[in-house]
Amino acid sequence: MGLFILRRVGIMLVTALCLTFLVFFLTNLYPNLEKLAKTQGNFRMSDEQVESFLEKGGYLQPVPVKYGEWLGVLPSYRHVNEDGSVQGRCILPGQSGDEAPNYCGILQGYWGYSTVFKDEVSTVVGNRLALTGRLMFWVMLLMVPSALILGVLAGMKEGSATDRTLSTFAITTTATPEYVSGVIFIAIFTSSAVGLKWFKGTATQAMENPTFENFFLPVLTIALYGMGYIARMTRASMTEVMTAQYIRTARLKGVSFPNIVMKHALRNALIAPFTVIMLQFPWLLNGVVIVETLFNYKGFGWALVQAAGNNDIQLLLAISVVSVFVVLVTQLISDIGYVYLNPRIRIS
Amino acid sequence: MEPLTWTGSVAFLNPLLLLALAVMAASIIVWILASIVLPEPQMTVNADGTLSSSSGLRNMIQLVMRLSFLASIALVVAYILAGVALGSGAGIIGAMAQQFLPVWLSLVILFAMSIAFKRKLGLYGKLFDSPIGMIGFGLVMFWVFTGIFGAMDLIITHDPLDQISGMKNKVPGTPLPGSEEGAYSWYLLGGDNLARDVFSRMVKGAWIVVQIAPLATMFAFMVGITLGLPAGYYGGRLDTLLSFLANLILAFPVILLFYLLVTPEIVATGVPNYMAAVLFIFPIIFLCVLLNSRFYTRPSFRTPLLIGVLGVAAWLYLSLISTDGYVISTDSYSIWGLPTYLDLFDIPGGILVVFVSVVFVNSPTVFRIVRGLALDIKTRDYVAAAQTRGEGPWYIMLWEILPNARGPLIVDFCLRIGYTTILLGTLGFFGLGLPPESPDWGSTINEGRKLLSIYLHPALPPALALLSLVLGLNLLADGLREESLKD
Repeated sequence: MGLFILRRVGIMLVTALCLTFLVFFLTNLYPNLEKLAKTQGNFRMSDEQVESFLEKGGYLQPVPVKYGEWLGVLPSYRHVNEDGSVQGRCILPGQSGDEAPNYCGILQGYWGYSTVFKDEVSTVVGNRLALTGRLMFWVMLLMVPSALILGVLAGMKEGSATDRTLSTFAITTTATPEYVSGVIFIAIFTSSAVGLKWFKGTATQAMENPTFENFFLPVLTIALYGMGYIARMTRASMTEVMTAQYIRTARLKGVSFPNIVMKHALRNALIAPFTVIMLQFPWLLNGVVIVETLFNYKGFGWALVQAAGNNDIQLLLAISVVSVFVVLVTQLISDIGYVYLNPRIRIS
Repeated sequence: MEPLTWTGSVAFLNPLLLLALAVMAASIIVWILASIVLPEPQMTVNADGTLSSSSGLRNMIQLVMRLSFLASIALVVAYILAGVALGSGAGIIGAMAQQFLPVWLSLVILFAMSIAFKRKLGLYGKLFDSPIGMIGFGLVMFWVFTGIFGAMDLIITHDPLDQISGMKNKVPGTPLPGSEEGAYSWYLLGGDNLARDVFSRMVKGAWIVVQIAPLATMFAFMVGITLGLPAGYYGGRLDTLLSFLANLILAFPVILLFYLLVTPEIVATGVPNYMAAVLFIFPIIFLCVLLNSRFYTRPSFRTPLLIGVLGVAAWLYLSLISTDGYVISTDSYSIWGLPTYLDLFDIPGGILVVFVSVVFVNSPTVFRIVRGLALDIKTRDYVAAAQTRGEGPWYIMLWEILPNARGPLIVDFCLRIGYTTILLGTLGFFGLGLPPESPDWGSTINEGRKLLSIYLHPALPPALALLSLVLGLNLLADGLREESLKD
């Protein structure tokens, strides 16, 4: 088991390195750098001004060198201005060149400086992640139990009335992407045209003070899209278990139906959905970006849109590291969890 | 001109429809409750050997449900027929039904032909045995026909880019001020923020989806199959490498990838053209290997066939990737492509980058599915038999394994078209790739959502259109899965 985890962590690191290099490469293509220079300086910069801006920031070095600097394995770039002052990646505003360290990358714990938010990337990402974490917590709290209940109820008796109705519902929710369901919810529950006005159409206030009124719609919108898929997987697993030999034996013994479901079937039926729920995280990340944009909730997904729109290289890299990390860790947990939950694998 | 109401002169049908729908909803709820509370119907064997179940409360509820469902369907059909006959006399719904006339006709012909010959049509024919599959297929074909006829300018009432002053954010059914002779005199679903016709934009948006989604999914399948079959069949190093690459792409959040790839800056660097050049070569490889492995033993037939097919495929490939005589054309350098007089069609950079990135995102998942299926099927006896016969590996992969994996692949193909539609909408929603005035559903939703608290009508039609198309594809996949399992 230890070797397995070690191997997986190794693959994880290689994957993260490859992906960050890819992001690094794409964000450092010249047209993107030009855009960065123009958003930082002004939009009427001439080509020479752009060139000198990029030269000063050290953006014109070869990509592998810059990537090494970002990682912290190469000494970072310094530029001596005409007045003799030194500027560089490691030198924070108000610091002189001698005090600043030579190496500053993620190995040294320095994530860079966000050009959009004018703040250190680690603080930006930390704050935004906390906000998104709260959103995700409520999403999980709403999505997982309702999806499991839905799936178990539908899978108890395959082909029954409950099964057909709930399956149709599950298919409908998987067919409704967040930007469609979100728009429909806003239209029905918040607009003055329909007049219900039960909820708020934006979740901006929910950042400081989340209430049911301003936070429920974003949570519901994300939860609904993921719910159908988990419910269908739970249903499939439940129907498989319900046709197993030991369930038939229990029925023939005269165990009551509720008892069969609760005591015999449920535990075995919930192994597969566990994996599915864990693998659902990367999809939720997509939903988070859409919903945070739609409801103007300034979390992690919103920061991603801002960073990508303005080619904020350091922030984008940090965001991709975090999201890749989330994806790979959930995969790891799902694999380990599967082994622990499934007695057939655990014992052999 | 009077403003149109929703149903106009057929408003007397509204209470009937409401009643039918209410009865249906109530009977479904009662049905579910009854199936939990009431005992299962007793089956009794009659003397003549037939079975009959006791017609209890359950069957009655079921009957009510079926009748109310049929009644609602009949009423909806009545609305459409009245609309076709009366046009705008039957309100907005009637006028829309009349505009959709070519779609109705094609649907009726398609369904009549399919049901008449369903026993001769294989899996497609069996689809018409399952009500769910039929509903799904109907929804999908509705949008396919809408897209095709919309592109032929048959359905739309106005140009989707025309702005008519005084129509900004007007509610559905508003008449045009001072409309000329010959022009359609209402905005059926109202006007959007820039005074364009919402109805025509929705219809035109269908064409963009119908054009891109199935084709992109097909390309993704070609890439996934060409790489997934050898990965599953050979295993070993090749499998490890390809699986690592696939997982690499899958670990990327889709939206981040879109934001990195689908920007004007990236288009300017020519990265999408390189990706297109790589990704679009897979169908050619697939086709070549497919034919070569089949007719390998008959060189006199194979060689001319391959030369012909390869020639056409290469021509299509080159005209696909080259624009204005260049494969890649940036400020600093350019690579020569097919000369303009041989170039069959040009794809604008915006569409190409959308297409390429959608294929790129979808193919790793297809790869994983195909690899899993190949791993499973290669242990079967008929594969061993083919190996003993001395068949080549590619023959076994493409003519033994692939046909036997077709069931799950067809189902996944339907689901994946739906997913691609969602991805296209996501791109539009974030304003990536397609030009801002483009009538595709994602962009229209994005534009409409800004004023959503006051005006509902610009955002809802494209949202519901997308929902119904994806729902149709999901139901179709479900029906196909059910029918293919029955074999």
